[in-house]
Amino acid sequence: MTSRRFWRRNGATGWALTAPATLAVIAFLIVPIGAVIAGTFMDPRGAFAPYISYFNSGFRTTVLFRTLQISALTTIISLIFGFMTAYVVSRAPGKLKSLLIVAAVFPLLTGVVVRAFAWLIILGRNGILNQALLALGVVDEPLEMLYTQGAVIVGMVYLFVPLMVLSLVGVLENIPKDVLQASSSLGASPMATFWQVLLPLAVPGLIVGAVLVFTGSFTAYATPQLLGGERQTVLATLLQQRAMVSFDWVGASTIAAIMTVITISIVLAMSHIARRINPMAT
Amino acid sequence: MMSDRPHPLLIVVAALVYLFLMVPLVIVVGAALSDTTYLTFPPQGLSLRWFENIFQISAFRRTIVTSLQIAFLGTLIALLIGIPAAYALNRFRVELPKWLGTLFVLPILVPEIVFGFALLKSLTVGTGAPIFLALLIGHTLIVLPYVVRVISASLASFDFSIEEAAISLGSAPVKTFFTIVLPNVRGGVIAAFILAFITSLNDVSVSLFLTGPGISTLPIQILAHVEQFFDPTVASVSVLLMFLTVAVMAIVERTLGLTFLAK
Repeated sequence: MTSRRFWRRNGATGWALTAPATLAVIAFLIVPIGAVIAGTFMDPRGAFAPYISYFNSGFRTTVLFRTLQISALTTIISLIFGFMTAYVVSRAPGKLKSLLIVAAVFPLLTGVVVRAFAWLIILGRNGILNQALLALGVVDEPLEMLYTQGAVIVGMVYLFVPLMVLSLVGVLENIPKDVLQASSSLGASPMATFWQVLLPLAVPGLIVGAVLVFTGSFTAYATPQLLGGERQTVLATLLQQRAMVSFDWVGASTIAAIMTVITISIVLAMSHIARRINPMAT
Repeated sequence: MMSDRPHPLLIVVAALVYLFLMVPLVIVVGAALSDTTYLTFPPQGLSLRWFENIFQISAFRRTIVTSLQIAFLGTLIALLIGIPAAYALNRFRVELPKWLGTLFVLPILVPEIVFGFALLKSLTVGTGAPIFLALLIGHTLIVLPYVVRVISASLASFDFSIEEAAISLGSAPVKTFFTIVLPNVRGGVIAAFILAFITSLNDVSVSLFLTGPGISTLPIQILAHVEQFFDPTVASVSVLLMFLTVAVMAIVERTLGLTFLAK
């Protein structure tokens, strides 16, 4: 009896089992974020007033472009170094490969605050790097490395290179070695094999990695806060200031809406591109 | 370069990347062990006094307890609602629409900091919900995608005909789930628990907005402490967190092997 009812395979049981999680996501994620975004269009000054005032502020547009710039540079640097590292990891013998993967996972599981703090010790005025440079006589007085865009980018690359390596190792492992050998035995130079065979086959992994890194650095808070300070305000730190320091809820909501729209557009655009390049990718 | 062995230059780059990944963590450990009142590396005289200091600062004691409570409860709730969802997504794959799977990934797709702010606006300010509750809801949702994805991955390799056999032999569906299905994906459940717990413990962006009088989490307290004092206490807290991570990774390695994380 019970079994027959269970096996009728109507979706009702499925819906019932997913209901608690579905309701939780709708009630506590979609509705609150939807309300924040909808709220920005209900301004008494007019529907787009908060956006007009956002883009009329030189400071706030600078923050937007700075955030995009930091995210783009972080993504490019992580792509280059992550790809090279992932290639070496994917071709390493079994034991060493597991060890290298563990070594990439460990920093990833260490919190962002801890990892930003490490760079605070290294890049500070009396930090390790300055002490070393002074001792070696490379510089006469400590360099101001903290609170620069470079410091933020170093901290971000540090956050995201492991993620890039992990996204790429799986993809590179699945590229059969025969394909590369076929290419070189047919007379392709190593460079040609790289550009025409290896790189195109790795594109799905590169896109996934790039999306993760770009959206991750676009919305990161702790690293720009600790390593960039006031001088390198990004969207996330501006959102926090607007909400918790100035109590400018409309301003904060506008930033939240801009961040959500940009993040989701990038994810959608990239997965669209990925599907065009490789129809097998999800 | 394209033969089986990577070009030596490529190996050098990879080695440098790994050095770049490891050195900062070593420096934090060194700074935590220093005897001085300022942050320095290499440590000047070894001492564990900064570890003692963590427990003398009441804000650290309090936030460690809050963080562990939230991480534990949030992960538990996420498992309670996430396991049935993951099971249904695999078992009723044909009957359920595709977007339902995407719905459970949404908490990773939307910027965390936006999510934290939205919860502050709708829950804490909007309905006057207690901060602890808002914090718990926020953490449950950010770990839900990990739970659903990891458990779905282990269910994908589970052969549902075993379940079918048990049920046709007269076992009740619910009992079958607990005696046949769940034990088979035990590894996935443990992995999901651990990933979720660590993610929650380290979260900054959501917790940032959901703190209030007397309630804060450890990473937020660390941020506040770093901005006021620049002493080795934070290095010691960081080392404590790293120990926890190592312990947890050792458990995952024992139960599953870590390579699954790369997939």
